Amino acid sequence: MNDMRLSERAVDAQNIKIAARNVQVYYGDNHAIKDVSVDIEDKTVTAFIGPSGCGKSTFLRCINRMNDTIDICRVEGDILIDGEDIYDREVDPVQLRAKVGMVFQKPNPFPKSIYDNVAYGPRIHGLSRGKSDLDDIVERALRRAAIWDEVKDRLSAPGTGLSGGQQQRLCIARAVATEPEVLLMDEPCSALDPIATAQVEELIDELRQNYSVVIVTHSMQQAARVSQKTAFFHLGHLVEYGETGHIFTNPEDPRTESYITGRIG
Amino acid sequence: MNAAQSSGVFGLGPTGLVVLAVIVLAAAGFVLARARAMASAGGDARRLHSLPNYYGYNAAMMIAVPALGVLVIWLLAQPALVQNAVLDLIPQRAIAEGSSINLVMSDVRRLAEGLDVAVAAGALSADEAADIVATGTDIRAVLGNVGVALGSDVDPEILAAAQEYRSLSRLWSWVMVAVVLSLALAGMAIALRSARAGFRARNAVERGVLWLLILAASLAILTTVGIVLSMLFETVNFFSLHPWQDFFLGTTWAPNFRGNSELSILPLLWGTLYIAFIALVVAVPIGLFAAIYLSEYAGPRLRSVAKPLLEILAGIPTIVYGLFALLTVGPALVTLFGRGEEGLLGLTWMTGATSVLTAGLVMGIMLIPFVSSLSDDIINAVPQSLRDGSFGLGATHSETIRQVVLPAALPGIVGAVLLAASRAIGETMIVVLGAGAIAKISANPLEAMTTITTRIVSQLTGDTDFASPETLVAFALGLTLFVLTLGLNVLALYIVRTYREQYE
Repeated sequence: MNDMRLSERAVDAQNIKIAARNVQVYYGDNHAIKDVSVDIEDKTVTAFIGPSGCGKSTFLRCINRMNDTIDICRVEGDILIDGEDIYDREVDPVQLRAKVGMVFQKPNPFPKSIYDNVAYGPRIHGLSRGKSDLDDIVERALRRAAIWDEVKDRLSAPGTGLSGGQQQRLCIARAVATEPEVLLMDEPCSALDPIATAQVEELIDELRQNYSVVIVTHSMQQAARVSQKTAFFHLGHLVEYGETGHIFTNPEDPRTESYITGRIG
Repeated sequence: MNAAQSSGVFGLGPTGLVVLAVIVLAAAGFVLARARAMASAGGDARRLHSLPNYYGYNAAMMIAVPALGVLVIWLLAQPALVQNAVLDLIPQRAIAEGSSINLVMSDVRRLAEGLDVAVAAGALSADEAADIVATGTDIRAVLGNVGVALGSDVDPEILAAAQEYRSLSRLWSWVMVAVVLSLALAGMAIALRSARAGFRARNAVERGVLWLLILAASLAILTTVGIVLSMLFETVNFFSLHPWQDFFLGTTWAPNFRGNSELSILPLLWGTLYIAFIALVVAVPIGLFAAIYLSEYAGPRLRSVAKPLLEILAGIPTIVYGLFALLTVGPALVTLFGRGEEGLLGLTWMTGATSVLTAGLVMGIMLIPFVSSLSDDIINAVPQSLRDGSFGLGATHSETIRQVVLPAALPGIVGAVLLAASRAIGETMIVVLGAGAIAKISANPLEAMTTITTRIVSQLTGDTDFASPETLVAFALGLTLFVLTLGLNVLALYIVRTYREQYE
């Protein structure tokens, strides 16, 4: 956190990938997200931080319309990906989720083999032209998730038999296998030990070259380590959004400062 | 009426009196022990080891449990002991008339009990009952007046045995009263002596509760063992009268109460399995789809209505399903597949309402809630995170169910299907009314066939002679059925347990 070079970290791309305008989310009568507007850049890691229950996970789940699976959830406002409104009637949420991959808090490999776990998305969306093509896709995804060397000899072993860190990287491989453009990560390291966390963080930094990555995290150190942009949420409001180095060294809002110095949250 | 008084106070015999006495003693022990414990603590409950009531419970337990336990064992053992003693009084001549010693003994018992009843009702005085002679009085008429029917006139030997039976029974009853009461008093003395402030009454009561629970659990298991053993003995009897090759390998079921029956299980087993198969073909897809709809798609309000409704279906007595099969489904099937020109399809394939298809369809309907309720629980147990993972990859709801939820739930669903199969195999009332009574091996589902359960019913109803293979075959059938369903249940539990904890 005290690393002063953070502010000098280069942001590779400037074009806006995701643009949210005046987003409101309600769970029944509970107003969970209040008027959030944010621009998320392509080929960048953006971290959402904030105390528990501040709405950061809820907002993340709006980006691939995972909240549609919750009956009482209602979303207002616009979220645009590449200028296209994802809440438009024309958009099929199922297709959207293939483009916007998601990795969850707890590793959730399917009760299938490692190979079938990764091949699940490509098979559903018909991305491969044949068996060898699918093999290539699986290998590429596993390599990209930095787990290929550990599992290449046991692709038919069940994915649930891997260690926690391996399971989470398998889930990342599963998500990148569908060639998404955006990768959403909901506290991907909270169930992992420090070594597995380090591996996943390294992986997130590599994924930045191909994807726009949005990560929700409780660990401010993690946000500082992996992200270029940081958004601070508090009680459903987006309090502050900017360069990670800037947010951590020179926050503008007193609430942000209180949170990152450990006085609230 | 004074004669009636002599057999007990308030119309209770010695057994009733002693139970009452033990209960009174236990209540007294409760009060006394509690008071003693309080007194030893100087009236301050905080100085006791346990709450005051625990000392009372402990005393009541010490008084009642050993005394009543001995009472129960005594009551079970006494008739056998008395009978053995009386046995010597019965001459061989009385038995030789083509009956067995057991039948004679039951005459003795009935006569003895009849005399007691007559005394209690005031028809005879106690002395008259003791001095009654077979030749002088018409015992049969006297006992008939008080509602005890005897099969024949009474032999002097039988009467003598019955009098001996009465006096021995009376003697042992009073010994029993003495033993039980002294046990209760001894328990009371021990409990009262130990009711002091330092005594860990709470722990003692806890141990008592533990033993109560162990007793209940072992009773359940012992009963099962007893059922199996009783069937096993009768089955062994059957196989000593009938060749096992015919039972297991023959192909004809033709019981004949004049002997020379062909008693083969195969046609019955075929009918049983065929009907169970049709039932599962009906119940598994419908039940499973209903479970998928209810657990994955239905909203909470629909679910809260539909699930209890389905479970009501499971509570309908199977005889009602049997009536439904006989009166509704069977005739409907005949209209469809039978009656020639008058029928719907102009076919003559089916003649009677009872058939494998009738019973199978109705049994399938019976099993739907069973399958759906079990599958619903199993599908709900699949973690939401797996569904989220699949949705997050852009899978639709049905893809998620087909490729993630069902494979994860499969072991449990297989277990549910096997449990349903074992119910189908053991089901009786639906097949009694719906399947018919003809034992044969045929592939045509529109023919009447019969099952193991219906044959057990028919072999044991009516006038039966428990020494003939035609009756005893029911036990061999029952045991086979038991082994079959037990095997299925064990297999189902094994599958469910082996794969259950994988996703937690």
